Amino acid sequence: MTTTEARPTGASVPARAAKGGASDRAKAERKLGWLLAGPALAVMLLVTAYPIAQAFYDSLFDYRLTDPENRSFTGLNNYLVVLTDQLWWQAVGVTALITVITVAVELVLGFALAMVMNKALRSIRPVLRAAILIPYAVITVVSAFAWQFAFDINTGFVNSWFSWLPGVDPTTDWFGSFGSSLLVICLAEIWKTTPFISLLLLAGLAQVPEVLQEAAKVDGATWWQRMRRVTLPNMKAAIMVALLFRTLDAFRVFDSIFVMTAGANGTETVSFLAYRQTISRLEIGLGSAVSVLLFLTVVLIAFVFIKGFKVDLAQARGEK
Amino acid sequence: MSTKEKTLWIIGGVLIALYCLAPIAWIISLSFKAPSDLSNAQFLPTTASSENYATIFTGSGSDLFLPALRNSFGICLIATFISCVLSMFAAYAIARLDFPGKKFILGTALAVAIFPVISIVTPLFNLWRTIGLYDTWPGLIIPYLSLTLPLSIWTMSAFFREIPWEMEQAAQVDGATTWQAFRKVIVPLAAPGVFTTAIIAFFIAWNDFVYGISLTSTSASRPVPAALGLFSGASQFEDPTGAIAAAAVVVTIPVVVLVLLFQRRIVAGLTNGAVKG
Repeated sequence: MTTTEARPTGASVPARAAKGGASDRAKAERKLGWLLAGPALAVMLLVTAYPIAQAFYDSLFDYRLTDPENRSFTGLNNYLVVLTDQLWWQAVGVTALITVITVAVELVLGFALAMVMNKALRSIRPVLRAAILIPYAVITVVSAFAWQFAFDINTGFVNSWFSWLPGVDPTTDWFGSFGSSLLVICLAEIWKTTPFISLLLLAGLAQVPEVLQEAAKVDGATWWQRMRRVTLPNMKAAIMVALLFRTLDAFRVFDSIFVMTAGANGTETVSFLAYRQTISRLEIGLGSAVSVLLFLTVVLIAFVFIKGFKVDLAQARGEK
Repeated sequence: MSTKEKTLWIIGGVLIALYCLAPIAWIISLSFKAPSDLSNAQFLPTTASSENYATIFTGSGSDLFLPALRNSFGICLIATFISCVLSMFAAYAIARLDFPGKKFILGTALAVAIFPVISIVTPLFNLWRTIGLYDTWPGLIIPYLSLTLPLSIWTMSAFFREIPWEMEQAAQVDGATTWQAFRKVIVPLAAPGVFTTAIIAFFIAWNDFVYGISLTSTSASRPVPAALGLFSGASQFEDPTGAIAAAAVVVTIPVVVLVLLFQRRIVAGLTNGAVKG
């Protein structure tokens, strides 16, 4: 910090009256800064830090809403129950699987989209941009319904359209087994969130200096070489930020699961497990424990990304 | 660019547009299918029928759908407004003032943005029941701020950082009063950023499902996505598919209109906030 410590002036001295002294000005600026940004910060902490602290406290109790009289302190027992239950590990596995599949596909597809948008002719660019924003802006629940109805055995058209594929016929029940349910869920998630990734990557692409591309071209580098040695290294920060945001977002997947399968056929994710414990079964203690564990997992993922892969948000934001 | 290359890019563009719009076209087409037509196994209805729209606006689904639509609009607009006002001040401080808490505030916003929503639901569900906020508008507006505020702060401070603040002094040198300089110079420069942030914040609030189903129980405050997710038909003999499709189309209209009108700004807002900050 460049601000020097203000010399001890009386608190009664109004900051405005300071005669241009750098330290007084810095002090006044600091005060104004907190005054302006303080409310927003306070609200953010109030709506997240406080509830998660409350969740941690609740998770230490054996507590059912239907049986409030028998609320009793059990220490870390709820965590023991969750962590030794196969349901939890199944949910973690499914969530991780969905995250890895969707993020990997989205990254490749999003990059292709960004390349096309980057090169697209000026005349069709606005059309493309509007089209690509539609999936981003559409409600997740609506997207989930659209995909579910399309694959549904009664209302769908997929079975009749794709009956030439092996294994697809009018009686194919996509939501009848684990693999095919998961496939449809992933398709819906990918459709909905690829545009967001592609926009971030497009912004990254725009930051790659054109001069470098030209120089490499003059030196006789092939398209693939330019891509690998010039484009990708120069947009590493943008890729990493897109990856971090999408991974954390994908790990919270809930809406599509709720609408499409409601956790049937082993498609329950961690978020859905927490929801079911609290809202359906009213097990506040167990639900809180699952919530805290989910929170810790997300923190862990973010930590691994930022420390392990050295995602530098400041650098990505062009502050260096 | 050669003609062949041009054609290739156009084909690529058309493919992307198809990919993005096909599911929307499908849900629109589905919403115009009459009940007898729902399982025709085709993309398009045999004959277009407005029956599903009648169901949700005047028929058996209207007492579920119309209040939900009102709740969604009211709650999302209020949450967007509050978070825009709060983040306007915060973003001004971050972009223009030099104070040590800057990094901490941006860091907190980032942490809140990646927060798993469901983790807050359990304690809020319990707390809201105790203090009487369960199934009320404020009971949803407050948690919605956890979704809209972080994003608003990031996006808006990115916009504010690009404002040439020296223009304010320049105007004052030219004889404008402080208020005039603010109103005639700074407000027009800052307004697009605030407006764009408001649109993106509205999208996020409009999209919420987790809070909607967990913290409400009646049509007093249940927003549309939650009502859709829990809608199972007026009776067990009635297939809700058509009504759901029609309601889905109706709630998609506002976002599509916003996208078509302000696409350039939305893209700038999304990428600025995340990549450039």
